[in-house]
Amino acid sequence: MAECGGVDSNPSSHTMDKSITLPPDEIFRNLENAKRFAIDIGGSLTKLAYYSTVQHKVAKVRSFDHTAKEAASDKLYEISVQEEVTARLHFIKFENAYIETCLDFIKDHLVNTDTKVIKATGGGAHKFKELIERKLGLKVDKEDEMTCLIKGCNFVLKNIPHEAFVYAKHADSEFRFQTTNPDIFPYLLVNIGSGVSIVKVESEDKFERIGGSSIGGGTFWGLGALLTKTKRFDELLQLASKGQHTSVDMLVKDIYGGSYGYLGLTGDLIASSFGKSATADKEFSKEDMAKSLLHMISNDIGQLACLYAKLHNLSRVYFGGFFIRGHPVTMHTITYSINFFTKGEVQALFLRHEGYLGAIGAFLKGAEEDNPNQYSWGENYAGSSGLMSVSPDMNPMQRARSGTFDMLEMDRLERQLMNLPLLQDPSSYIPDTVDLTEDALAREYWLDCFEEALDGVVKRAVASQPDMPEAALRAEKFRQKYRHKLQTLRNQPFAYGSLTVRSLLDTREHCLNEFNFPDPYSKIKQRENDVALKYYQKAVKSLEELSWEERQFALVRGVLAGNVFDWGAKAVSDVLESDPEFGFEQAKRQLEERPWLVDSYDQWLERLKGPPHKCALFFVDNSGVDIILGVMPFVRELLSRGTEVVLASNSGPALNDVTNGELQILTERIAAMDPVIQASLSEDRLTLVQSGSSSPCLDLSRLDKVLAMVARERQTDLVIIEGMGRAIHTNYYAMLSCESLKMAVIKNSWLADRLGGKLFSVVFKYEVPAGKPGQDSAALTPS
Amino acid sequence: MAFNGHQRDDDAVDEDETPSKQPRSNKEMPGYFRNEPGSEAAAPAGRATPDRRSSNSTARHRSDSVKKTRPPFPWFGMDIGGTLVKLVYFEPKDITAEEEQEEVENLKSIRRYLTSNTAYGKTGIRDVHLELQDLTLCGRTGNLHFIRFPTHDLPAFLQMGRNKHFSSLHTTLCATGGGAYKFESDFRTMADLQLHKLDELDCLIRGVLYIDSVVSSGPSECYYFENPTDPDHCVQKPYTLENPYPLLLVNIGSGVSILAVYSENNYKRVTGTSLGGGTFLGLCCLLTGCSTFEEALEMASQGESTRVDKLVRDIYGGDYERFGLPGWAVASSFGNMMSKEKRESVSKEDLARATLVTITNNIGSITRMCALNENIERVVFVGNFLRVNTLSMKLLAYAMDYWSKGQLKALFLRHEGYFGAVGALLELLHPS
Repeated sequence: MAECGGVDSNPSSHTMDKSITLPPDEIFRNLENAKRFAIDIGGSLTKLAYYSTVQHKVAKVRSFDHTAKEAASDKLYEISVQEEVTARLHFIKFENAYIETCLDFIKDHLVNTDTKVIKATGGGAHKFKELIERKLGLKVDKEDEMTCLIKGCNFVLKNIPHEAFVYAKHADSEFRFQTTNPDIFPYLLVNIGSGVSIVKVESEDKFERIGGSSIGGGTFWGLGALLTKTKRFDELLQLASKGQHTSVDMLVKDIYGGSYGYLGLTGDLIASSFGKSATADKEFSKEDMAKSLLHMISNDIGQLACLYAKLHNLSRVYFGGFFIRGHPVTMHTITYSINFFTKGEVQALFLRHEGYLGAIGAFLKGAEEDNPNQYSWGENYAGSSGLMSVSPDMNPMQRARSGTFDMLEMDRLERQLMNLPLLQDPSSYIPDTVDLTEDALAREYWLDCFEEALDGVVKRAVASQPDMPEAALRAEKFRQKYRHKLQTLRNQPFAYGSLTVRSLLDTREHCLNEFNFPDPYSKIKQRENDVALKYYQKAVKSLEELSWEERQFALVRGVLAGNVFDWGAKAVSDVLESDPEFGFEQAKRQLEERPWLVDSYDQWLERLKGPPHKCALFFVDNSGVDIILGVMPFVRELLSRGTEVVLASNSGPALNDVTNGELQILTERIAAMDPVIQASLSEDRLTLVQSGSSSPCLDLSRLDKVLAMVARERQTDLVIIEGMGRAIHTNYYAMLSCESLKMAVIKNSWLADRLGGKLFSVVFKYEVPAGKPGQDSAALTPS
Repeated sequence: MAFNGHQRDDDAVDEDETPSKQPRSNKEMPGYFRNEPGSEAAAPAGRATPDRRSSNSTARHRSDSVKKTRPPFPWFGMDIGGTLVKLVYFEPKDITAEEEQEEVENLKSIRRYLTSNTAYGKTGIRDVHLELQDLTLCGRTGNLHFIRFPTHDLPAFLQMGRNKHFSSLHTTLCATGGGAYKFESDFRTMADLQLHKLDELDCLIRGVLYIDSVVSSGPSECYYFENPTDPDHCVQKPYTLENPYPLLLVNIGSGVSILAVYSENNYKRVTGTSLGGGTFLGLCCLLTGCSTFEEALEMASQGESTRVDKLVRDIYGGDYERFGLPGWAVASSFGNMMSKEKRESVSKEDLARATLVTITNNIGSITRMCALNENIERVVFVGNFLRVNTLSMKLLAYAMDYWSKGQLKALFLRHEGYFGAVGALLELLHPS
């Protein structure tokens, strides 16, 4: 693209030459802190795992000691950038040919001397044992392959949203990612290596090999090599994708002349694999034989998998092993087979990180004393390569296999994440409103949008660190990295699971963090908070002068107007940048008049006339005017009604969203001015919790455990979600088991257009779950 | 099923004319069909046949009542599969002088041609050892002949039918198998013959139940292998298929069909697989350059599959105890062929053997899973893949026994591939 300038944006150039010539320090990152190595050596690929600690710059806010030196600063609080150490898991996949080079590199850079042992698994572990021990001076400790595989599988299923997907060759998007079911057990894992193992997994520690088959990947490879004189597995698959099996296989129609109607067997069904090759006087093409072989083996495995699934009454069947490993051809034939044999009752599921399962499992075995399973882990989009390109027409040499390093990085999250207990059906909850993997038009728009916004983000990142001269260089690196990610996503929207506005935003945050821009908005937020606080008392006073009914409306308008202040939205950030005085009142004037685009205000008002809610959980959005002049007065009113309020804010920074750290200071300051807030805080009726997230969006299935606990303990009966990121890009369709209120101003004209509105259209969505008393029973009038 | 429509009539005839023979056959089989305990040929054991004559005379005695419903000769049943055409022919041996005179020359010539030869053309073969002699069918006594030829030679067969003016006999040709549909128009245009098409699974089950009920002397129709897990003591033993239901019937032709049979007219096709006899032969032809089933089997009998397959012990050095997998179990069929050196060191015989073992074991494991899912313990394997293929039968017997820990029993039938054709013949005599 034209605006890419010096950045290498040609996607094809990334496939071939991302070989060993790539500086290995970009592959084996953080080696100096690495410990606990594990290695999984397969037939052709090696997967290396290690654990490292990463030093990160994080922005911290700290309240000034106002009692001591009241006039020392006109600033509200102090921002400092601190070093924080976080844990990270690194997984690297490369061809066995590079083992020696890689081991040398590791040896040269390994500083940590505590490490004595390397866990090893996979068929090749035995072969390379001596080499590893000699090169690294570590003792190789072998672990059972299947145990590692299952451990790894459990780990990715639990920790990586959109890990599993259904493959559909001819659909708009080839990959349909599955929502993470909080309960991953029981499931069937069909591992297709040289043979097939069928394993039933019932819990973290309980699994059983219930069957298998000797007809597997080795049969395809071995028999394929004999039949076609083609040596490489990839080339065989390539041949197969070009062949016509009907010239080799005997179909039902070859026997019947048409379909076998009596049994409902269609004419195209294979009656006898290789049935037509039972002759000495005919030549068959390599492609056709390879295709026939592929069908034969895939169908056979699919059939056995179905028989086992049926016998054990399991509906979740995951397929893995080198036969599957990201090969669209085999994923397609296996999917076809499963659909055929179960008539669609069972879906064939595949895993994005299938190739890493053994390495992850071996690592976890070695790290048991660190108890990695007690933490939640998150995929780091900045440090992970994502799912490889899978166009079946692609030359196998370009399949980014040869000479390419594939990486997966996972960050240990500060806290354990879990579902919001108020989700109506956690297993069907999908945070994101639009799946950009499937919606090509929306995908194009948002990718462009994020690309265009990149300059501004870079500028702001540099501006946020005026004292650091190398900030510009880092910001440029960030630009390259994020632009490369956007390019990858243009070609492979499925690279990190379902592509969504949320994942685009999160990827940007990950990339910013990667280059030590932990909080580019910290100063802007500080300034805005500062200004807004000055108006708090005035705002509250003017609200109190209104009648009850006028006030309720004004409070809602206040939240909505406050939400217009958003640096995350392009339309607004332009205005904010050009006119810093863009005021609260002006924002109110910008708001759409009622009836709003989505307008259930009347029902909300009726509800307010009824008994107060027991507890409201409020997911807040931006700092400054939004939180201080919009949200706080609204919260104040709830508190005055006798409703307890839990304010949930981000654990880490994202755009200008208010973080938990900032909100604590702000609340203290407001409490000092406002006895209602003061009293609520001291009576513990107003509580601040962190969401566990550092995203401008909201995934209600991955929230801080404490938040989930508080929500349950306080018997939350109202969930309020504010802002475009949390209430429109995500959760717009989220169904909760209690009343919910979603409030947002649409600050993007394209999105407004899509939703049938215009810029600054208002979404005010008040919902009462079916069967719960809503406004009808709330017939009481306010006192 | 075809049986039912005529059940009452048959029983009526049955009761007054048949002395006690096989109790089950009386109860379950239509009375038209009578097996006469064997002549020398049908019963190599050479047992005496005391009731032969009397049985014939009782048949003659009520012949008038049967005559009305009896179709004219010749009586054929045909099963046109993907690879082989199976033909059963009933040769009446009780032709009276009067009949002899009336018999048209065409009919005579067809009978003589079929019965005086054991091979037809280049590829047609009569399985003499399977011939059932002194069988009473529809009140007529005669021999049932079993003939097969490759499906690709069907045009030659039709040409012969044309040459012998088969169509002038105005017989109905009952045919089953996919070819009955595929070649229906060829029969009409090339030989002026109208096919009566029948479902192959209906015919198969009808044929199995019939043959099992009529063979009561000579080698037992149904047999199994005793001590299947012990190669030195593995011997073929007769098996009485009494109370046969429920029964899993596995028909291994070019492809495989697996049926769960709950009674003579209640069955379902559980599943099937495309890895069948056609796959064995097809792959063998590609891998070894052979061209016939017999050649492929001969090579397989001389080969060693463990040079081709990767065994559990090749990977784990011994048993994979964690999962109870014995070292000798095949971990990956053709798995050793991933290596270039090993590809160059195996013989054609080894490859043929590995192909046979792969296909057979796979049928075994799918069958076993079906048996578990359907909760059926008795499995009968039929189909021409098993013809002269003791290797596969023993493997199946072994696999059923070993992996089910003795729960499943593999049974085999002597007329392995002909049941569909027999079922078609029965349909001719008892149109439903």
